[in-house]
Amino acid sequence: MRIATRLLSSAIVLALSSGAAFAAEELTGTLKKIKESGTITLGHRDASIPFSYLGTDSRQPIGYSHDLQLKVVEALKQQLGLPELKVRYTLVTSQSRIPLVQNGTVDLECGSTTNNVERQQQVAFSVGIFEVGTRLLTKKTSGVQDFPDLKGKNVVTTAGTTSERLLRSMNAEKQLDMNIIAAKDHGESFLMLESGRAVAFMMDDALLYGEMAKAKKPDDWAVVGAPQSFEIYGCMLRKGDPAFKKTVDDALVATYRSGEINAIYDKWFLQPIPPKDLNLHFPMSDELKKLIAVPTDKSTEEL
Amino acid sequence: MDYNWDWGVFFRSTGIGEEIYLDWFVAGLGWTVAVALAGWIVALLLGSLLGVLRTLPNRWLSGLATLYVDLFRNVPLLVQLFLWYFLVPDLLPEPLELWFKQDLSPATSAYLSVVVCLGLFTAARVCEQVRTGIQALPRGQTAAALALGLRTGQVYRQVLLPQAFRIIIPPLTSEFLNIFKNSSVASLIGLMELLAQTKQTAEFSAHLFEAFTLATLIYFTLNMSLMLFMRWVEKKVAVPGLLAAGGK
Repeated sequence: MRIATRLLSSAIVLALSSGAAFAAEELTGTLKKIKESGTITLGHRDASIPFSYLGTDSRQPIGYSHDLQLKVVEALKQQLGLPELKVRYTLVTSQSRIPLVQNGTVDLECGSTTNNVERQQQVAFSVGIFEVGTRLLTKKTSGVQDFPDLKGKNVVTTAGTTSERLLRSMNAEKQLDMNIIAAKDHGESFLMLESGRAVAFMMDDALLYGEMAKAKKPDDWAVVGAPQSFEIYGCMLRKGDPAFKKTVDDALVATYRSGEINAIYDKWFLQPIPPKDLNLHFPMSDELKKLIAVPTDKSTEEL
Repeated sequence: MDYNWDWGVFFRSTGIGEEIYLDWFVAGLGWTVAVALAGWIVALLLGSLLGVLRTLPNRWLSGLATLYVDLFRNVPLLVQLFLWYFLVPDLLPEPLELWFKQDLSPATSAYLSVVVCLGLFTAARVCEQVRTGIQALPRGQTAAALALGLRTGQVYRQVLLPQAFRIIIPPLTSEFLNIFKNSSVASLIGLMELLAQTKQTAEFSAHLFEAFTLATLIYFTLNMSLMLFMRWVEKKVAVPGLLAAGGK
């Protein structure tokens, strides 16, 4: 019965779409919403440096992920014939980002969101936009070179991140006996490190470079240790909307193919960035080069 | 809204050792209760002392208590917490500072900060209630007690406070419940109490609504039981015929 209904409905859809083919392409989901409202709502973060953050203007997000997000907006203008497409920005936090995408407040969120299997149950991910490794930030004089050196020490990480999970697993499996501090955001984690409450800060390497660049004396700090995991960041969009996902993916892949990605990368990771004109000095990793050459919307767990 | 509901998430493995998500909630509840109870003891003792000070004829002592109340009631709780956790340790003498930051486990130092913070904050509110409780009593009682030859300390201990505390049980109950709810600020300095565990579950499992629903139910049940308990206490200590004690 179910199959029959499905067949019937797809037959109707086919008939309708072929009928309307020379009038206009039938739009569905997010694309339809954008076309009808003439507006797209983009989600952004406030302090994910240099991915998506507020620089000098508190209403205008900037960053690597944000630039990629704007590439998608350009593609939408073309595809929908909407040169005047309005862009609205909504600030999201790590807790609010998934529900806001699901309930339609935000159409697309490009920030520093790791693509993982748990999240895939709730939202869809674009092709990866960045790949990070989880490593340690520590004072050059601390004597910490790698993860085993953390035995019995205080280690800070940001609450709810994969690093926190990895640290807790390391404690359980390797009896490292670390005291794990889970701070509420990256800025606070770094404060814990800087104020001497922890000897090391475990996090995604790109974000560690971001924090290091903000430090009072950036030269006192170093990113060390073998990456404990690799994670792919992706843009989040609603599940079950293949047409919109294709637009987003195509726009990103076109940016990769044309080589524009290198200019964007250069701008955010190898040049001074706002608000303090600091340079992250973070050359493109082999993992990211690979991701750009062979784009995928899978999480690293699935690869 | 296409949300993928799954109430079974609490029984799923967290991916760390043998733990399931429900274990995190249980551990979180333990911290919440430990923070709130310890904070409450500080608040009740200090708040009563300050409340008494505010009603003393001595201007310096009552002025001091008033200043305390103004200071602690007018600065946001979160700001106070950050001061206690980030600033105060840096002002301590070096050996004490290092002990607090490095020898104590991070959970202990966060716990101490939040207990002090909540205790001192709530003490200002308890103080005001104790003061109003004392001032609600007829002035003649103090005069009569003094005329009988009781010293000021005895007047408070044996005449005023036993009545004042009975009168203020209902508003004190609110403060008692408030301290349980306010204890959630501890999540912001890395103490893994109920709210922190909820957020962590939401992040790790991507089942935000289930996690917050469970947390809401836990907070609600906890506060409801405390309220019923306090009502029972109120009835239990009521002195028949004394003021409106017990609401009868």
